[in-house]
Amino acid sequence: MTASTAVRPQPRADEPPPARPRRRPRRPRRSLADHPLPWIGPAIALIVLVVLWPVYEMVRTSTLRISTSGFVRGDAGLDKYRKLFAEPDLGAVIGWTLVWTLTVVGLTLLLSLGLAQLFHQDFPGRRITRWALIAPWAASVLMTAIGFKWMLDRTAGVLNTALTDLGLTSGPRDWLGDPATARPWMVLVAVFVSLPFTTYTLLAGLQTIPAEVYEAATVDGSGPWQTYRRITLPLLRPALLVALVINLINVFNSFPVIWGMTQGGPDSDTATTTVFAYQLMNTDIGESAAMSVVNFGLIVLLVLVFLKVSRFQEDDAR
Amino acid sequence: MTATATAPVRRARRGLRPRTAALAATAWLLAAFFLLPYAEMVVTALRPADQLRDATYLPGGFAWSNLVKVWTDSTLGANLQVTLLVAAGSTVLVLLVALPAAYHTARHRFRGRTTFLLLVLVTQMFQPTSLLVGLYRQFHQLDMLNSVWTLILCNAAFNLAFAVWILTAYIGSIPVALEEAAQVDGLGRFGALRRITLPLALPGVVTALIFTFISAWNEFVMGLRLTTVPDSQPLTVGINNFVGNYTVQWNYLFAGSVVAIVPVIVLFACIERHVVSGLTAGSVK
Repeated sequence: MTASTAVRPQPRADEPPPARPRRRPRRPRRSLADHPLPWIGPAIALIVLVVLWPVYEMVRTSTLRISTSGFVRGDAGLDKYRKLFAEPDLGAVIGWTLVWTLTVVGLTLLLSLGLAQLFHQDFPGRRITRWALIAPWAASVLMTAIGFKWMLDRTAGVLNTALTDLGLTSGPRDWLGDPATARPWMVLVAVFVSLPFTTYTLLAGLQTIPAEVYEAATVDGSGPWQTYRRITLPLLRPALLVALVINLINVFNSFPVIWGMTQGGPDSDTATTTVFAYQLMNTDIGESAAMSVVNFGLIVLLVLVFLKVSRFQEDDAR
Repeated sequence: MTATATAPVRRARRGLRPRTAALAATAWLLAAFFLLPYAEMVVTALRPADQLRDATYLPGGFAWSNLVKVWTDSTLGANLQVTLLVAAGSTVLVLLVALPAAYHTARHRFRGRTTFLLLVLVTQMFQPTSLLVGLYRQFHQLDMLNSVWTLILCNAAFNLAFAVWILTAYIGSIPVALEEAAQVDGLGRFGALRRITLPLALPGVVTALIFTFISAWNEFVMGLRLTTVPDSQPLTVGINNFVGNYTVQWNYLFAGSVVAIVPVIVLFACIERHVVSGLTAGSVK
């Protein structure tokens, strides 16, 4: 498949999408095939059924008393929210969620800037090394997380063996059993699985910068660091923005990394709000829904900010 | 294919200069770093049961039979079947739903077009994780837990956005004039669509399909919550079930994982470039 796509003259997929004004005289409606509904109707139906309906169900569940077997016992008003906010662990969980999201996204972006710069250069084996970078992206995040859990295993974990052999630790440790050491390892894994997508996004951004800009900068006697700061970074802004927002949403929602490594434990010490909501599901689904609604509100806020910043409407002002 | 796309300044090779050699060395080291966890999974998958908990880098011998036994000695065989059904089913559903929508959106300007594209973009941002309680309650009430159809619907819905997005971009980049010329030549409206537009949009279609397939293949959270019976759970959940056991059979766990990961990485390598451009289409200009 690779070969055939390379040979065929391709529409440039990195061009802006076609959602821009195409000034064509509008034709009169002729038949049902001209009406948008048969075309986009199924897509809307699927979205309503599986994305919007659950939003409604989630909000409703947060106001109900529901038994563990799923039987609705009556209205709960805002009780579930009160119960949630009285949860002794909640403060710590929210705090860790903030630290988790900012640390993982920050480190990912910083490291990806370096990686993208490196893989943008020309050197022997670039293609193969770039393919290696794909592995954590293509593989299931859960399996990667479980892989790291195993490598950190107390007695047989290869990382424990290696760290001991290198003299960095005095002996095997139960890294994931203690939140103080579990958290850094989980951040590392979350960064590890976020790097490929982010690096590739920034690589796509780097490709859009014309070579002439750099030539002009060299002629003007600008040094490498200066060129990077004054030219590359500003021109990379759109790609950085995409990477930032998608990573914020992904990392905030990252369930498999945490669930695969510690299930949020011990107790809720390594849980983010998403994982906390999942833990609550087994004890009180209404409270879990309340946590999810709070989470969801945060995501909507993030999406709104993104739409505002990316000026989505400009594409298709109507 | 990567090289042609990403080498803006490619100089003639004049032997390895120190700077290039340093770059290459760094890149190869990084590549090894990214592959090591997966290499360790392969090694563990092949460890004989009696050497599983040895603190050695490599076992004394490889138990290739693990790769076969895992499918017969656990539920993973059934789990693999579920995953195959779900991944294939949701891929087909996404194609059936996204292609008409993308075609119409790319070719026509209609009332509510912006709203539709916005709706699609927003679903891209609402992830299953954040809606899990709602999904669970909904399918619980519909009595559709443990159903393959539930997982197909859910995976299709949450992958729809990317497919619509990338297909709209591809179809939009095909000149309308081509289609119109074919219609003038007597191909008819749907003939033109089938014989001209679709073949030209094929790279986009393939990318959207593979991406959906991989993402459904790797899906974990919805599978974890929307299924309760081991035999109706997808592979990711089946593999995760090993971890809860009192003694974890790590060799079987990773034998299953390796079989699950390898085809996906191969598929992904095929569409690597298109996925990025698709994800960033509309935002990176």
